[in-house]
Amino acid sequence: MTALRTIGRKFLYLLPVLFAVTVLSFLLLQLLPGDPAVLILGPSATAAAVAVLHHQLGLDRPLWAQYLHWLDRVCLHADLGFSYQNHQTTLSALRERMPVTLELIILSQIIAFAIAVPFALLSATRPNKWFDRLTTTGSFGFLAVPDFILGVLLVFIFAVKFHLFPATGYTPLTANPLQNLRAMVLPCFTLGLGSQAVYLRLLRADLIATLQQDYITMAKAKGLSSRYVLLRHAFRPSSFSLVTVSGLEIGRLIGGTFIVEIIYALPGVGSLAIQSIYTKDYLVVQGTVLVIAVGYVLINFFIDLLYTVLDPRIRHAGAIA
Amino acid sequence: MLELSPELPALSVATAAPGAAADEDTPRARGYGVLFWLSVAWIALVILAAILASVLPLKNPDTPLAIPRMGPSLHYPLGTDDLGRDTLSRIVYGARVSMIVGFTSIAFGLIVGGTLGLIAGYYKGRIGRLIMGFTDVLLAFPALVLALAIITFLGQSLRNVVIAIGILSIAPIARFIRASTLTFSEREFVLAARALGAKDFRIITREILPNVAVPTLSFGLVAVAVAIVAEGGLAFLGLSVRPPTPSWGGMINEGRTFLSHSPEISLIPAAVLFVTVLAFNFVGDSLRARFDPRRGGL
Repeated sequence: MTALRTIGRKFLYLLPVLFAVTVLSFLLLQLLPGDPAVLILGPSATAAAVAVLHHQLGLDRPLWAQYLHWLDRVCLHADLGFSYQNHQTTLSALRERMPVTLELIILSQIIAFAIAVPFALLSATRPNKWFDRLTTTGSFGFLAVPDFILGVLLVFIFAVKFHLFPATGYTPLTANPLQNLRAMVLPCFTLGLGSQAVYLRLLRADLIATLQQDYITMAKAKGLSSRYVLLRHAFRPSSFSLVTVSGLEIGRLIGGTFIVEIIYALPGVGSLAIQSIYTKDYLVVQGTVLVIAVGYVLINFFIDLLYTVLDPRIRHAGAIA
Repeated sequence: MLELSPELPALSVATAAPGAAADEDTPRARGYGVLFWLSVAWIALVILAAILASVLPLKNPDTPLAIPRMGPSLHYPLGTDDLGRDTLSRIVYGARVSMIVGFTSIAFGLIVGGTLGLIAGYYKGRIGRLIMGFTDVLLAFPALVLALAIITFLGQSLRNVVIAIGILSIAPIARFIRASTLTFSEREFVLAARALGAKDFRIITREILPNVAVPTLSFGLVAVAVAIVAEGGLAFLGLSVRPPTPSWGGMINEGRTFLSHSPEISLIPAAVLFVTVLAFNFVGDSLRARFDPRRGGL
């Protein structure tokens, strides 16, 4: 019952945030210095074409009416704008490129968890011993390296020096899975190594705190093996904060995909946005920003919900109080 | 990398730095250590370079002077870039962009975000919730995406880069300062001031602000590091200051094509940027560990 109420309250909070996000995305076009229609179509546009786009965007109407008109197009007609450079709708461009970006994010997170969890478990069992010092110092280093430097370094070491993995040349997963994965190794590690550091530090600190709790001593006193206690009694509660942080991490990751897709020439959403920025394809930029921001808000909302439903301490908080 | 989350300093170097375990027991017994002073010295050097760039005996950073991609020599201590420009003077002038963006955008964030945070922390009711809702909206955009969007539509210039990164910093700074304000506004000296009849404005500026300022300083230094990385990322994507003005992120990007034959074109600015970011992080975190009231042995 309380869980349902929590979900309802979170949902009520979601609506104004979504509203504000759409308003801000809509207002981006207003930041343009000059007539948006003229700037979108470029200097070679005819007066007639400008007039048509003017009417389409509803630029002759008051701002709030423009917003409603825009929202109506976005929500009811799934019209996220049109690329006047590529003669393609933003929606179809996004649909083409989304799988690449999703693959990049998912694989990088698998790498991050695969590194962070075992290292954190080992570090936390013997805090401040040499292994722990080494991993925490290492993760501090990875935390401080910007994506664009790590990316260039990985290209330099693994593509240029040792020719282990290609730096560019994307193959779709459906065309040749092996070649696709080979091309994704460096991009995914570029993103994953940063996330890994965030997760490792959080999980380590959390585990060390948990391992000092009375119920851990109790479990050990019962004669349970340290490994069982570590995994079942300590790791489980700590994994919930890991879920929340991975939600926050997605914001950083989205920014990271922009840079990684440019470094490794991957045809994802990030490189679409950057190319549209270079070619001043404003409507595509606006549509992409809207999709990314709404997606990000929704993902965090669902992770928040998941957290509420999964964590018995939160689920039953009302019952105890 | 762009996320300036208030949680970040909590997972800080303090635990990572060797010797931190001893510090936890005796917080003020030890000095700052060699690494701290090295970081301070490096930051001072970068700031000085940024200020004195035009006075120093440096070659013109914007025009080709020699053969492209020359290795280090007596005349060109760090070699030349892909157009034959002097790398050393481009690094020094690049410091200018990084420092201007780093400090002014965070100053902007501190003024706007700090004011919002103080108000939200002091007036916990409807005003506080409204301000926190506003920061939620700002945080609803992935940081780099928001910065890119602002620069795309506002135009590409140093001023707009500062504005974009400054806007990004508002929400995390406001949240951080609100959190500190909340703890101080419950303390006895605030109650005493109120009992003496002090007005809200006076309590906020004279009682709370000086206390909040100390932890904010260390948070601000870490924020400067984040802002430098953000500018680097924008410059890497070609969306910071316009060429030929040098900026570190732009230099890393320009050298990317030549990694196989002249990797130093990319790797030198990468190393300088990395060390600078590390230094700001390290100084900020060391100060935080020292001034953290929770560790003050209360």
